[in-house]
Amino acid sequence: MAVRPAELARPVAGRPLTLRSLFEREGVFSWVMLSPGVLFLLAFVAYPFFYGIFLSLQDRRVATAGVFVGLANFVTLAHDAVFWQVTRNTFFYVAVTTVFKLVGGLGMALVMNQTFRGRNLTRAFLLLPFIVPTALSTIAWMWILDPTFSVVNWLLVHGGVISSGYSFLGNASLAMWSLVVVNTWRGMPFYGITLLAGLQTISPDLYEAAAIDGATTTQRFLYVTLPVIKPVLVIVTMFSVIFTFGDFQLIYALTHGGPANATHVFSTWAFDIGMSAGQLGMGAAVALAILPALAVLIVGLTFYLRRE
Amino acid sequence: MVGGRDLGERVRRLYIPLAVFVVLMLFPFYWMLITSIKPNRELYSQKVMPLLVYQPTLKHYVDLITETNFLTWTYNTMLVAVVTTVVSVVLGTMIAYPLARMRFPGAAVVAIGVAATYLVPQPLLFIPMSDIINRLELGNTLTAVMLTYPTLLIPFSAWLLMGYFKSVPRELEEAARIDGASRLQAMTRIVLPLCTPGLLSAGIFSFTLAQNEFLYALIFLAKSEVRTVPIGVVTELIRGDVFYWGQLMAGALLGSVPVAIIYSFFVDYYVAGLTAGSVKT
Repeated sequence: MAVRPAELARPVAGRPLTLRSLFEREGVFSWVMLSPGVLFLLAFVAYPFFYGIFLSLQDRRVATAGVFVGLANFVTLAHDAVFWQVTRNTFFYVAVTTVFKLVGGLGMALVMNQTFRGRNLTRAFLLLPFIVPTALSTIAWMWILDPTFSVVNWLLVHGGVISSGYSFLGNASLAMWSLVVVNTWRGMPFYGITLLAGLQTISPDLYEAAAIDGATTTQRFLYVTLPVIKPVLVIVTMFSVIFTFGDFQLIYALTHGGPANATHVFSTWAFDIGMSAGQLGMGAAVALAILPALAVLIVGLTFYLRRE
Repeated sequence: MVGGRDLGERVRRLYIPLAVFVVLMLFPFYWMLITSIKPNRELYSQKVMPLLVYQPTLKHYVDLITETNFLTWTYNTMLVAVVTTVVSVVLGTMIAYPLARMRFPGAAVVAIGVAATYLVPQPLLFIPMSDIINRLELGNTLTAVMLTYPTLLIPFSAWLLMGYFKSVPRELEEAARIDGASRLQAMTRIVLPLCTPGLLSAGIFSFTLAQNEFLYALIFLAKSEVRTVPIGVVTELIRGDVFYWGQLMAGALLGSVPVAIIYSFFVDYYVAGLTAGSVKT
């Protein structure tokens, strides 16, 4: 690289302030760079967020002016049995799928952490459920679980397990379990592949040392593998929980919250009230109901990241 | 040498569980494919063994393309995904670069703000956002989704890129500055080229997320001509109680193919992006 005259590089003290030299200042440069993105996020994330809180305090129907009603929407919700059902549904959905994805994903990672031919190709294929547009793969599941032509029913009936097929999406508890299965199917590869990356940071020396000390496979897993991948495990789970709380399209496409609200979660119920029924104020209030749980998670995650 | 017992052990610990995972993860795709090429008399018969196809047909694909707006939806989806990916990676870079490499007043607040916007879930925003888009009179335009998708993608890109930008040694940048490069030149000619893998990760991730987006597209795009593939397939191919399963599966499969192809070229970058947030290197 050619060395240029020194005066070009360093601003001389007392030199008049030009636009260019101003731009060379760290603070000015940083803020000029940041501004477009930050302004965009303020306008389209921060503003809608606070506007949503404002809406939740109004009786606001679509295409009409809102009337300020204070906390009336929240009071109405607290007395609505459906609201509490939706709350239970949401927590059940998040909790059960998280356990399944975590256990299944860990299993997937442990299996994939062995050396075998075609491992990268297998990894690419195993991630497919996670990258393919969810609404589209959910439609495939809808057909797999079809009341009349379900292939699962066909296999169960012809395998002699049951005599007549289930109506997977028509029965309240089967519909919820169907959602759990599809969400697990889509999310498990995310756990599997990120945990695999965590496993691959474990030095083989550690296992050798443990083996020399006479550790069994289970002991090696509990005392070598788990402690090392614990940070990854916690972060992946937290992210997944936060995003599962906000899950919408899988439920909307598979059950629409039905039958009879049995599978409605906050996001789909808020959509029904706010969009389909046009009650923007009440819908915004429903959506905000996930905020407390979410805030606890986000604060927890932040503290964990700080401590690590 | 691999003895008989070792082989048995390997089958038990590797091949059997691996086969189970592969079959479970890929079966729905097999099901999409096989359904999409089955003639209706095989699809809607309970007597035929459903796992195979006996007289494959491309009728559902032809119908999908000639009778629905599927090609328009595909065009819309690609256009929106490309535009939002470029916008998001550029703006994400411009946010991440100062946060990762500069000291300036307000840095901590911006960093926390970006993380918070990344974690705020869409269901919290879509109702107020629908009102905002209505007031801007952008309903039923692709502009509506082009404006809203980056709210999901910019924070993610910035978050991901910060890690990459931090990893470039300060000395490289200082050497360029001593040689007379401006801050902007140091960024565009030294740091960014070294972070190409990160930019690719952010790009491929944003692209797949944009293809996957459903909620905003569902709310803002109510006319068939402006719909994206997931919305078109879910809202128009499911007609009341009558399902056109062959067409539906053909649409689901064709809608997944562009993402899968792009993903297959950049798997390693995708996985790097996936793990960057959760695994420290």
